[in-house]
Amino acid sequence: MKAKTLDKILEKRANSRYELIEVLQDVQHSYNYLPEEVLREVSERLDTPLIEVFRVANFYKAFTLKPRGKHLLTVCMGTACHVKGAPRFLDEVLGQLNIKPGETTEDGEFTVETVNCLGACALSPVVILDGTYHKHMTPAKLRALIQKTSDKSGKKAKKK
Amino acid sequence: MTVLTLKNFNKLSDEIKKKNKNYNKLITLCAGTGCCASGCLSVLESLNKELKKKKLTGKIKIRTTGCHGFCEQGPLMVIEPGNIFYCHITPGDIPEIISESLEKNKIVERSLYVDPSTGKKIAREKDIPFYKAQDRSILSQNKLVDPCDINDYIADGGYSALVKVLASMEPEEVIEEVKKSGLRGRGGGGFLTARKWESCRKAEGRPKYVICNADEGDPGAYMDRSVLEGNPHVVIEGMLIAAFAIGAEHGAIYVRNEYPLAVKHSRIAIGQAEKLGLLGKNILGAGLSFDIRIARGGGAFVCGESSALMASLEGRVGEPRPKDTHTTEKGFEEMPTNLNNVETLANVPSIMNKGAAWFSKKGTKTSKGTKIFALTGQVKNTGLIEVPMGTTMREIIYDIGGGPSNGRGIKAVQIGGPSGGCLPEKLFNLPVDFEVLTEFGAMVGSGGMVVMDESTCMVDVAKYFLKFLLDESCGKCVSCRIGLSRMLEIITDISEGRGTHQKLELLKDTAQTVSLASLCALGKTAPNPALTTINYFENEYRAHIDKKKCPAGVCRDLIHYSISEKKCKACGLCLKACPHGAILNGQKRRPLKIDQEKCHKCGICKEVCEFEAVTVS
Repeated sequence: MKAKTLDKILEKRANSRYELIEVLQDVQHSYNYLPEEVLREVSERLDTPLIEVFRVANFYKAFTLKPRGKHLLTVCMGTACHVKGAPRFLDEVLGQLNIKPGETTEDGEFTVETVNCLGACALSPVVILDGTYHKHMTPAKLRALIQKTSDKSGKKAKKK
Repeated sequence: MTVLTLKNFNKLSDEIKKKNKNYNKLITLCAGTGCCASGCLSVLESLNKELKKKKLTGKIKIRTTGCHGFCEQGPLMVIEPGNIFYCHITPGDIPEIISESLEKNKIVERSLYVDPSTGKKIAREKDIPFYKAQDRSILSQNKLVDPCDINDYIADGGYSALVKVLASMEPEEVIEEVKKSGLRGRGGGGFLTARKWESCRKAEGRPKYVICNADEGDPGAYMDRSVLEGNPHVVIEGMLIAAFAIGAEHGAIYVRNEYPLAVKHSRIAIGQAEKLGLLGKNILGAGLSFDIRIARGGGAFVCGESSALMASLEGRVGEPRPKDTHTTEKGFEEMPTNLNNVETLANVPSIMNKGAAWFSKKGTKTSKGTKIFALTGQVKNTGLIEVPMGTTMREIIYDIGGGPSNGRGIKAVQIGGPSGGCLPEKLFNLPVDFEVLTEFGAMVGSGGMVVMDESTCMVDVAKYFLKFLLDESCGKCVSCRIGLSRMLEIITDISEGRGTHQKLELLKDTAQTVSLASLCALGKTAPNPALTTINYFENEYRAHIDKKKCPAGVCRDLIHYSISEKKCKACGLCLKACPHGAILNGQKRRPLKIDQEKCHKCGICKEVCEFEAVTVS
């Protein structure tokens, strides 16, 4: 199944090593992270040494080599957010979920990441939960958001 | 779809303009990232439903556009004719807006903007102080076009500059015109655009490339995002004109992957332009061939630097190289490559259409035209603003920004991002100008302006930027990699109460070395945020070093939180809010206490307390 996804990603591309970052973006989009076996395959197909593929995967912040949780919470740490108390939210999130930035909760529900600026500074402080922007956050709002998301997740799991 | 040529372009653009006139009312709904986060998509849904119900579909045009700039007030809507401005709209407001404002031409009072300084309601967009004090030659175009519809752009006069250039100008004339305009790079360096184009044109080697730098990594700046999201065709047109002037065959837009909407809109725009024959082979039948690809960045700040960006475009890690040979001569694939920022390119079509004199009459002696700034932080009106170069910071912060957001005094503005600096209130009369700001230790940079009030600790700000830069340093130069970590160590010592004056001197020394010995602008300008805070806010450093106090109450090791027994009503809000379980719940209805051992000093309790019972000292 994994080879098929990669086929699709490479389908319309020139398959040159210049496309490496673009390909990795798409791989991460499909798998939520960069699985080792796919990276090995990418290295072969783009005729790029494996060490170079890993170097790129490690250098750029957008990539992660560890699987992410079901929900991805990104906390913006840009200047405008910092001035308006972003470190406080991080505290709130980390205290509540009991993890560090970049880590995933034990139950695999949440991954918390930080980003150096989302470019939504007028709405600061901002967090993104699964692609949706949440503006003017307060610790209380954030707490409710996390609670709501994990409740929903819990219900779905029960139904299954 | 007809393929456009120089001959049929005017006929087709007239046809599009005529079609647009069939509507007698126009609703412009902002769907930039800011307004989307505020829920404009559900407003749009409700708008479409209501129009259908009232059988008005087709009679009223709804245009979803890119960012209008006043993100704070989103979702925003402007109704024409009348220039009626509604803000903070919810789906529930829509029925009334349609029945009153559109059908009866009345104004819906409750959705109007309230000026926070006077408390008065303002109905027309152009009367709102935030907009009134600006000169929006680029940003105003966002409101006129649906970024996903090339027809809107053409109806607004889009691509006419390209037609003019291809039909009647020589490449050298184009460069001459840009030179006369005095346009300088809007991405940070402020390099003369025409000089870049000229040296790329003269450079040997084929193919040549024109690349648009949309890797806007500066924290606190988002104008490139808004222009690319809201009006991608103006950037494409700018690139086409640059390609003609330089003699380039291929182009790329290098855009942050954190900007999904900008990626999506530029993809759609490129597809539409290709279909109409505005990109590809023999453009407009005039012999120019040029294509554009989109490359998404990987979230590395250093990739905003030209040689690092080009390495990244080649699929490698983004490390800068020495620039003994400029990228205009040897850039992408070792070929001549011209790199311009989004905002720079967006200025080009207007310069071609309206002439160099129109552009150069605005601004100061060495900094011409208008510049977009992202005004954020502790100021009332946050958003994107555009002003002529030379406007003073005081005008920007107080006239447009409306002054401090919560009554505390403004003490500084951070301008220019991690390469810029913090300027104190006493320098707010300085004009925004490339040379003037650099002279005072900051820089125009890409145009982030973060306003800081008394609740911001300047030592903490310096620490924040050093952390940021260390995190983003690619690690190639020892001076930047090691130097920044030493600087961060020292400043951490100061912020945690271990600072001495010798250490502060060492910090200044190290800053100089980092600046002198690093290869690229990231390292060269890295000490700016720290040095400006030391220069202008020495008293705060003294308080941290001599008194072991943080006057703003931010540095966690120098403060402690307590609950006033007199003021505490034992409501329990802080008890619920504390993420670390540090509030001691003793007896019922008795004032609460903080367990100092468990307290992380995050300040959440202070924020939730409704009785101002939590104090920081």
